Parts: sequence; structure tokens; C-alpha cells
Amino acid sequence: MTDDPILTVLVAMFAGAIRVSTPFLFVSLGECLTEKSGRINLGLEGTLVFGAMSAYAVSYLTGSPWTGVLAAGLCGAGFGALHGYICKLPKVNDIAIGIAMMLFGTGLAFFFGKGFIQPTAPRLEAIDFGFLVSNPQLKVALQINPLFFIGIAAAVVLWWAFRNTRFGLVVRMTGDSSATARAMGTSVDGVRFLATTIGGFSAGIGGAFLSLYYPGSWNEGLSSGQGLMAVALVIFSRWNPIACVGAALLFGAAGALGPALQSIGVSQGYHFFNAAPHILTLAIMIASTSPKRSLKGAPGELSITR
Amino acid sequence: MPDPTTDASVPAVAAQPAPHPRAIDWVGRALAASEAIVIPVGAVVVSAALFSLFLLALGKSPQTFFELLWRGGFGTAFSWQNTLVRTAPLIFTALCVAIPARLGLVIIGGEGALVIGGFAAAVVALPFIGQGGAFFVMPLMFIAATLAGALWIGFVGALRHHRGVNETIASLLMFYIAVAILNFFVEGALRSPADPNKPSTTPIGADLMVGQIPGLEVHWGLAFGVVMAIGAHILMSRTTFGFAARVTGGNVRAARAQGLPVGRLMLAACALAGACAGIAGYFEVAAILGKANASLVAGYGFTGILVSFLARHNPLAIPPVAILFGGLAAAGGLIQRRMGLPDATVQVLQGLIFLIILLSETVYGRIPLFSREARA
Repeated sequence: MTDDPILTVLVAMFAGAIRVSTPFLFVSLGECLTEKSGRINLGLEGTLVFGAMSAYAVSYLTGSPWTGVLAAGLCGAGFGALHGYICKLPKVNDIAIGIAMMLFGTGLAFFFGKGFIQPTAPRLEAIDFGFLVSNPQLKVALQINPLFFIGIAAAVVLWWAFRNTRFGLVVRMTGDSSATARAMGTSVDGVRFLATTIGGFSAGIGGAFLSLYYPGSWNEGLSSGQGLMAVALVIFSRWNPIACVGAALLFGAAGALGPALQSIGVSQGYHFFNAAPHILTLAIMIASTSPKRSLKGAPGELSITR
Repeated sequence: MPDPTTDASVPAVAAQPAPHPRAIDWVGRALAASEAIVIPVGAVVVSAALFSLFLLALGKSPQTFFELLWRGGFGTAFSWQNTLVRTAPLIFTALCVAIPARLGLVIIGGEGALVIGGFAAAVVALPFIGQGGAFFVMPLMFIAATLAGALWIGFVGALRHHRGVNETIASLLMFYIAVAILNFFVEGALRSPADPNKPSTTPIGADLMVGQIPGLEVHWGLAFGVVMAIGAHILMSRTTFGFAARVTGGNVRAARAQGLPVGRLMLAACALAGACAGIAGYFEVAAILGKANASLVAGYGFTGILVSFLARHNPLAIPPVAILFGGLAAAGGLIQRRMGLPDATVQVLQGLIFLIILLSETVYGRIPLFSREARA
């Protein structure tokens, strides 16, 4: 029970880390799976925005936010499938297709989302862990959305599956050497199509979190590159789903820095604090990559790390 | 577009634009030249057809849409003027994509260099506003914008060269940082009291504004853009630099084995690209806005990506393609008002064209000599 501004900022960043990190987590898990299969989908930014729009629209129309989450996932899977299908054609560049999907996805989201900016849709309910602590700020911080736990569970499952299941082995093999995969009789395009589709599903759910929980409304400025930062985050996490959770929390805390400082009255330079996740991403990319050696854990077929 | 490389000593592999190193021209130059026109035009037609179906599904008339597109973009002298004003920045931002693309780099943060260039131009003019001396201040603004843009994207190239940072992601992140810098100063220290509604820097005044091309009523940026496109074409097809750049884009390992300074080439191409986008920012400030504010972030950098891809990164094809998209942007308002469609309609069409254009890459050289996975 203190008014210490530093503590206030730290608590707000802790709360923010949990709240802001969830979309990062879902997008990066999806991207992690896609990249493990040897393909990169830069279009997840578009998927995220379209997922946010469709979740909000469906939640408004049906009155059930979880139906909205499902719809967002399905729309995301649709975008992922489109990306996966186009990229299997010869001579098509997956990075360029990703950029096109980014523009197309946001364009479609703004097009169909125009009518849903005004109305208020039912939002997702949080689980309240506030009874654990007495500090009123922490009580607010501990209202955690179930999607956060689903994301962490998904990360653990993905991490386990990569190591221990046939599915994980096939995905990793396809990502490391398509020639080997073909020699083993695996359909390289099929695996990558599936990985991109599931990745899109996950990114769509990340979008649903944006519009249905935090910030919790649909507008055209909802996402500012979260989908793209998640791609960088996967590289930083060295394609390890568990590390993705940690990285997402770090990015979430960085994203919460601006609002947290504003809450204690520091408004000078808040534009820079709002750009903190972008600056952090760039700094992390500079610090964690190397032109000399390939990155540990990098799928051998991935075009961005070559 | 006929391929620029007619010198017989140049290997055919280097004559192709960068992202398709395996699209070796074995059919013959004439056929290849027509292929490079027919396929993009066909892709645009297919996109238009798909978009018509999209409109029909929504119960809107595609015929009305294309009529309005024509009227708003190209139908009258006024709409032509409107189109060409939007064409000028698109030429520069498309060059910002096309030049690095020849080296195999995908730079998508031209919008950031445009913002920083325009901001730099407005800032260096601040001490001189109302003092006269336009003959000195105008070149100063131009140089500031060019340098700021060159440093901005040059930094991305340096990161790629020295740290192996992916240039696509880095350049887009730099866009968000550029917007943060612009907003920080425009809403803070450099905010002019003259405009209470929209935070802006102090207007540079009429004497520092770029004039219009006589008879066209469009600012000189358009002519300069066309000159730059021709210059970029000569640079890429007639100089050692351009040749080295195309070899690098064709095969980095071969270029290294030949002893080409790949890193320096990347840096130079990125700096040049950023300079182009910075110049776009200069003309937006010095010919259109008259000050730096959030209106600089108008999406020209992102549409420029599409222009460059549709032009297959060929600088000579960029001005005509830029006119097409300038017209699309100019007609957007009219279409929105008359058909009751959201303002994102143009963006949907652009995204669709982009997808189909990339999809059409698979049609080039129908006989697949190598499978996709055989890429080295």
C-alpha cells in the first residue's frame, strides 16, 4: 500500500507483461511452428489484424466472445492456408508473399471492420487471482485472461511435441532438409501447408485477444507491428516455444512501459516509450544475430537466416 | 520492358531481375521482353476480375467501380493532376524498393525514410523561415532530406552487412521508430503555435515551396522522379556498380568468389534507396504540406513496394506503374463517396493485385529446370 512511483511503474509493467504479452505469445508460437517447417510467414501482421476484426464482429453478432475467438482462429487458418498454398508454387518468394498478405489482410480487416468500430461487443472475462494479494494494484494486475494460460499450455505442448512426437520430428526434418524429407517419403509442401495453416490459426487467436480483451475494442490502429515483431521474437527465442513465452513477457513489459509511465504522470516522450517494443526488437535482433555463423537451432531451410 | 542488358558479354543470369535468379532467359530476348509485359498486365486483369467478383458478392456494381476509378483518376484534367501529384512520391518510394531488390534485398521500410526525410527538410528550414535566401535554403532542405533518408535505410543495410540482421524486418521496425521521432518533435519541442488543430512544425512559407511544372500544374517532384528513374536504370544497367549489384543479386556466393565487395554494394544500394525515399519526403514537405506533420505518414512507402514489384524492379517501368497506382489513390475518395464503400476498398484491391503479381511469378519460364527446393 504505497504511492512509490517506481513501484507503481513496476506493478503496471508486471500487469502489462501479462496482458500485452498474450498476442505476442500466440503469434510467435504460430510463427515458430511455421518457421520450424522451413517457411517464413511475414503476413501474420495481417492475420492478427483480421483476427481481431473477425473476433470482434462475431462476438458482437453472436453475443459470445468465445465464438469470436474461434472465428478469429478459423479466419487466421484461412489466411495461413492461402499463404501455404501460394508458397508451394515454384519460384514464389515466401517473404514477398508475406508482405502482400500483410497488406491484403489489413486491407480486408479495415474494409469489413468499418461497421464494427462503433458498437460494443461482449468481451472476454478474466479469471481473478486478486484474492492472493492485498495490494490493490496487484489485485488489478492479477486479473488474468484464460487465453494467457492457454498460450502457455500451448507453448509447453509444442515444445514437448517437437522433441517427443512423430509430428514434431517430421516438422523439424522438413525444416532442416527438404531433400531428406522427400527421401523419407514425406510431402514437404503438405507439411509446410499444415504448419502455416496452424500458425495462422494461432495468430488469429492472438488478434482476438487484442480486440476482445486488451485493449478490448476494434479500431484501425489496434496493432502496430505486433505480428511482425513476433517474427523477430521467434528468432530471438531460437525457435524454442518455451523461450517464446519468456520473450513474449519481455516484449509485453516493454509495451506496457509507455502507459505505465503515463499513469504516474510522465508524459514527456511517451511517443518513444510507445515505440519501446520496436526499439527493443531492433536492439535484440542486432545483439542476437551474427553474419558469421548460423544461429543455433535455426531450421536449415529458412530463408531469412541464410 | 526490353531487358536493358544487350551487351553480349554479360551472362544471361545477371540480366534477370534479382529475385528470380533461376529464371534464365532461354527463349530469346524478344519473347522474354514481351513475357515481362504480358504477364504483369495479365496479372492486373486477373486481379480486376477477382475484385469484380468481390464487389458482386457484396452487391456492388463492378462497372460503376471501374467507371469511377477512371473518372477519379484519369477522366479529367483535374483528376490527372490529382493522380500525378500522388505519382511523384510513389516513383521515389518504389525506387527505394527496386534498387536494393536488384541485390536481393527486400526493403519495406521506405515509408520511414520518407517520414525522416520530410522531417529533416522541415527542421533545417526552421532558422531561415521568413529570412529569404531561398536559393540557399532550398538546396539545404533537399540535401538534408536526402542525407537523412540515406542514413536511415543505409543503417538497415549496415545492420544486414555487419550483423546479419534481416533487412525486411529491420526496415519495417525503423518505420515505427521514424513515426515516433516525428510525433515526439512535432507534438513537443518543434510544435508551431500557428496551427492549434493539427500539431505541425512552423510552415516554411511560400518562398521556400517548390514550384509547379508549367502547363501541368504538378510540382517539380514528378519530373525529378522520372529523371531519377532513368538515372537508376542507367546506373543499374550501364555501370560497373549496377553490374556488380546484379551479379550479387543473382548469386551472392559467386559474387564473393569473384571478389566483389558485396557488403559495400549492399550499403551503397541501401543508402541510395533511402536517399530516394528521403527525396519523396522532401517534396511532400516542400511542395504539398509546407510543414512536417503526421500527414507525412500517408502510406506512399507501402504502395511503393507494390509499384516496384509490379514493375519487376525495373526502374524504367516504375513511372508508368506509379501513375496507375497514383490514379487508384486519387479515385479512392470518389469511389468511397459515390458507392458507399469503406476507404479501405483501394487497399483491398492493392493487396489483391500484389498477391496475384507474386503468384504470376510462377508462370515465368513455364519449364521448371529446377524445383523450388533446389535453390542453393
